[in-house]
Amino acid sequence: MSVQQASAGQVEKSDLVTVTIDGVQVSVPKDTLVIRAAEQIGVQVPRFCDHPLLAPVGACRQCLVDVPDAGNGRGFPKPQASCTLPVAEGMVVSTQVTSQVADKAQQGVMELLLINHPLDCPVCDKGGECPLQNQAMSNGQGASRFSDDRNRGVKRTFPKPINLSPTVLLDRERCIVCQRCTRFADEIAGDPFIELLERGAHQQIGIAQDAPFLSYFSGNVIQICPVGALTSEQYRFRSRPFDLVSTPGVAEHDACGSAIRVDHRRGAVMRRQSGNDPLVNEEWITDKDRFAFSYAQGDDRLTYPQVRDDDGSLRPASWPEAFTVAARGLAAARAAGGVGVLTGGRVSVEDAYAYAKFARVALGTNDIDFRARPLSEEETGFLGAHVVLTGPEGGGVTYADLESATKVVLVGLEPEDEAGAVFLRLRKSFLAGGTEVIALAPFTTRGLAKMSGRLVPTAPGEEPAALAALAGELDATSVLLVGERLATVPGALSAAAAAASSSGARLAWIPRRAGDRGALEAGCLPTLLPGGRPVADAGARVDVATAWGVPALPETPGRDADAIVAALGAGELGGLVVGGIDPDDTSDPAATRAALAAASFVVAFDVRRTEVTDLADVVFPVAPTSDKSGTFVNWEGRVRPWEAALRNPASLPELRALSGIAAELAGLGQGSPLGFRTVEEARTEMAQLGPWDGARTPLVEVRAQVGPATEGSALRLATWKQLLDNGSMQDGDKYLKATARTPVALVTPALYDAHGPTITLTGDRGSVTLPAEIADDLVEGVVWVPSNSVGNGVLADLASAGTTVTISGAEGVHG
Amino acid sequence: MTDQLTPVLTETWDVEQGWKLAPYAALGGYAALDTAFAMSPDDVITAVKDSGLRGRGGAGFPTGMKWSFIPQDNPKPKYLVVNADESEPGTCKDIPLMMGNPHVLVEGVILSSYAIRANKAFIYIRGEVVHVIRRVQAAVEEAYAAGHLGTDIHGSGYDLDVVVHAGAGAYICGEETALLEGLEGRRGQPRLRPPFPAVAGLYASPTVINNVESIASVPAIVRHGAAWFASMGTEKSKGHGIFSLSGHVVTPGQYEAPLGITLRELLELAGGIRKGHQLKFWTPGGSSTPLLTAEHLDVPLDFEGVGAVGSMLGTRALQIFDETVCVVRAVLRWTEFYKHESCGKCTPCREGTWWLVQALTRLENGQGTEADLDQLLDQCDNILGRSFCALGDGATSPISSSIAHFRDEYLAHLSHGGCPFDATRSTAWSGQEVTA
Repeated sequence: MSVQQASAGQVEKSDLVTVTIDGVQVSVPKDTLVIRAAEQIGVQVPRFCDHPLLAPVGACRQCLVDVPDAGNGRGFPKPQASCTLPVAEGMVVSTQVTSQVADKAQQGVMELLLINHPLDCPVCDKGGECPLQNQAMSNGQGASRFSDDRNRGVKRTFPKPINLSPTVLLDRERCIVCQRCTRFADEIAGDPFIELLERGAHQQIGIAQDAPFLSYFSGNVIQICPVGALTSEQYRFRSRPFDLVSTPGVAEHDACGSAIRVDHRRGAVMRRQSGNDPLVNEEWITDKDRFAFSYAQGDDRLTYPQVRDDDGSLRPASWPEAFTVAARGLAAARAAGGVGVLTGGRVSVEDAYAYAKFARVALGTNDIDFRARPLSEEETGFLGAHVVLTGPEGGGVTYADLESATKVVLVGLEPEDEAGAVFLRLRKSFLAGGTEVIALAPFTTRGLAKMSGRLVPTAPGEEPAALAALAGELDATSVLLVGERLATVPGALSAAAAAASSSGARLAWIPRRAGDRGALEAGCLPTLLPGGRPVADAGARVDVATAWGVPALPETPGRDADAIVAALGAGELGGLVVGGIDPDDTSDPAATRAALAAASFVVAFDVRRTEVTDLADVVFPVAPTSDKSGTFVNWEGRVRPWEAALRNPASLPELRALSGIAAELAGLGQGSPLGFRTVEEARTEMAQLGPWDGARTPLVEVRAQVGPATEGSALRLATWKQLLDNGSMQDGDKYLKATARTPVALVTPALYDAHGPTITLTGDRGSVTLPAEIADDLVEGVVWVPSNSVGNGVLADLASAGTTVTISGAEGVHG
Repeated sequence: MTDQLTPVLTETWDVEQGWKLAPYAALGGYAALDTAFAMSPDDVITAVKDSGLRGRGGAGFPTGMKWSFIPQDNPKPKYLVVNADESEPGTCKDIPLMMGNPHVLVEGVILSSYAIRANKAFIYIRGEVVHVIRRVQAAVEEAYAAGHLGTDIHGSGYDLDVVVHAGAGAYICGEETALLEGLEGRRGQPRLRPPFPAVAGLYASPTVINNVESIASVPAIVRHGAAWFASMGTEKSKGHGIFSLSGHVVTPGQYEAPLGITLRELLELAGGIRKGHQLKFWTPGGSSTPLLTAEHLDVPLDFEGVGAVGSMLGTRALQIFDETVCVVRAVLRWTEFYKHESCGKCTPCREGTWWLVQALTRLENGQGTEADLDQLLDQCDNILGRSFCALGDGATSPISSSIAHFRDEYLAHLSHGGCPFDATRSTAWSGQEVTA
């Protein structure tokens, strides 16, 4: 239970109100509710509808207390709901601890709550962690007077259960109508997919009228339900709370760094719940963070190393053999031009650090990049100049800053899809009456509408001009949030940096993947060494080389991911070390595939079998986040470490395998060993190395380009990934998948009229046919499609974001 | 005897087509507008304060004081909302009033809105009474046509629009904050207070919510002066009010009389209890007010007098029951009403009424022991004052008061193994049955 945090942690003496609760004086900040003031003196008043992050409602009446003096010398004649009553100076409160009246009132309400509640606790998912069960024990009677032998009361019954959505089930008999779920939907997520129906004892939660179930945050209602009324389709009847072991974790699906709780039993993750971190995600997580974990439990999970056999097939190998084969192959590839390293954006900081060190000391190269997505040299510069080493301690933008900002500008970022916790915080901030959210986007998204945000209609490619135009209305109280997608717009990141520096607005970069920011800090970039040290800076190189005990580090800035792909294709690079990359996510999927085929030697790391591991010469299994300790650095630059939930000796982090290969390479006279073999050792070494305190490489400003002309039926392609799509880490949970939004292409009303309900878009990489939907305020000459919801994704099947596509009605296809 | 009546609101009820504008105007209707427009809004509030008018919806809060709570420095628009969601069992004053004399309500709305500086007023009428809704709508239409509503009313520069809103059939919407929710198009459930409607009511703007009869009393106060109004009634309960007599009386109906009149006097006006029977029990102000018995015949029917005997004046809905009525049966029927109308928001009312019906049903069927009576009273104690709004409180009133007055009758059910009464004897056609 979270205690109300005084904002900024400092409360003026004059803002404190002193009340007496059960004879104990306590001073609490003004406007504190009595129920929370009581917590301060160690008295837990029973409650159901009360939730610290939801507005008070006073519906369940469980928290009644006696107030003999309201602070004005007069008492309340009736018991008061302590969850709706703010403290007043001199107020006297008697809770169930000292007041017969309060105790009887609470016992009475508890008895009433139970008369219509089924006695199915033994088969209820909530049994064992149920606030109703627990508080019935602590604040209720042992026996019912309603359904005893004498009274034989008739309970209200409902058919059990009904599906509110593919992921959430409702058992109406168990519901005590505290309205936590409907209030969450209304106040937090903004998706009113459930609401109250009927009245009296037949009042129930139901599917809202004309509001289809559509929420990325629906799972939170299961967690905050104080009874077993809302249950998870995925977890239903799977285990009992008292059999579960809970391990705190960090969500791996986005860059928010959301605190989660991994509940596991006998070596298997049974469910995930939101953690409680007021500084980050508060008590909410996205459905992806909650439900998407079975990707690591499928049949395609890699559990042992493999090497390419003489007959060309992959065969199981022991770890030492795999190390040896990998080392020999890499040594040869290094001799044949060099080896590139693509880490992917899912790595922990420790693994990223191992990759970064492996590239420099074992492979002797700066050809390393964490970006498994479209990127640009401008972005590389921007990350070094404005992102790396920023963090909460250094005054970087934080979640709290989003709440205090007067304006938050979103560029190349759709938080509801790409950073759920950021979206919830922005919406909270907007609802509290403070922040205006401004989006530079081609249309008003559902997320923006829920924040009543202002749209600055911006076609892909026109962000630099829009940023320059907007800079005038920003000031030091504004925050500029730029997404990773801006890398594809020449000049956009330069314009964002310029707008921030000219207006004084604060700037933060929000990537999509959990590992991106940590990999940047760990040196998985061709221009940066660990700790944000510029490769180009001789002092920085000496710094790192000394720490690592190697004579020197490679001097030439390396190739970025696109250049590595090109060099492999051209035969300039011989080998590739690749971890967790889907070619379809990269700038040019065909080129990436060609590069994989062209590489003379590939060492692949992955949790599961993929097309990349199928092509590799040596494959190492990688532990998913549940099986290893690690650290993510979230978009704020906040360090988010976690410990392994499961102990699986066969499931090792990448750094262990990299360390083994490096040792073998050293044995072959190539480079040095890594010097660490465990996450703890890597952490120690990273801490000793510390951050760079020298000058940053300034951003070389890139000028905006005039966007491609859109003539005739040519349209500029706007696209991003939706929260729930075909992403491989959502595999394995069909219920979650069913809550994804239907893939549609968004077109202007005129285009819809011209081409009908099904359209075909054709770009330089192919055609896709999709149902069309109208976006009323979509910028003329733009079409939007979800990046990875159909086929192999937009990059593989259609074209790159911002390029032109043509549209035609799909003949003979009727939606 | 009839000089005890003070027909003010009921004045036009027996006039030919008295609900129309012309007959109403002929009796001086809408003349108070010019009087009021010549005064400042604050003076109108003062006049209503001085008159001693107290809310006629049951609670009896001083109307003028309620109006003065409206913060006039609040930049948001102010609203007047008339609570015409009359749904209490036994209560039937606002609906006949709107039926017989809708214009006095419309005129009251104009005067009251002027006083609180509202330019928009809403009349929220119970949805089931479509004929009344039509009549009030027609009256508002006539008032617009005659220039009593709209812009620059009577050349005063004051603008007012009136919206007649039909409820959707929920007793809870008579609770003022639930009414506001319903008016805003939401689910009718009471709101958390504070903020009070005077500060953040309809659309989060300062709002006055008054009962129909309160608002309809304003024109006469403006016309005849506060002193005239205050000359009627008792010391703390001034003015006239409609007393609705129903049940076992010879001439049931609405009797408009000064507050403080007694049931004995009203029964004389109504021709007494039906022939051959005696008064057994009665409600002073609807089913939510604890019931009284024949020993309370001379209790002055004002807020203080009824309060002194442990009940409430309420809506002056006097339901009269003679000795043929089984009190357990009557109370169970009321309790079923509360169970049906409980909005479901809070536990004590939602679950409590569910239980009370079952407990009473068992008692009516003669099942149980005297200990069940005490358990029933204990349940009432766990509901009264524990629920979110007064609906739950009201549900317990008939039960606890009936047990207080008629405990023996409850026990008779238990010893008799069922209801000792012949229910048909209490019907209006009792004694007129034709045998084959």
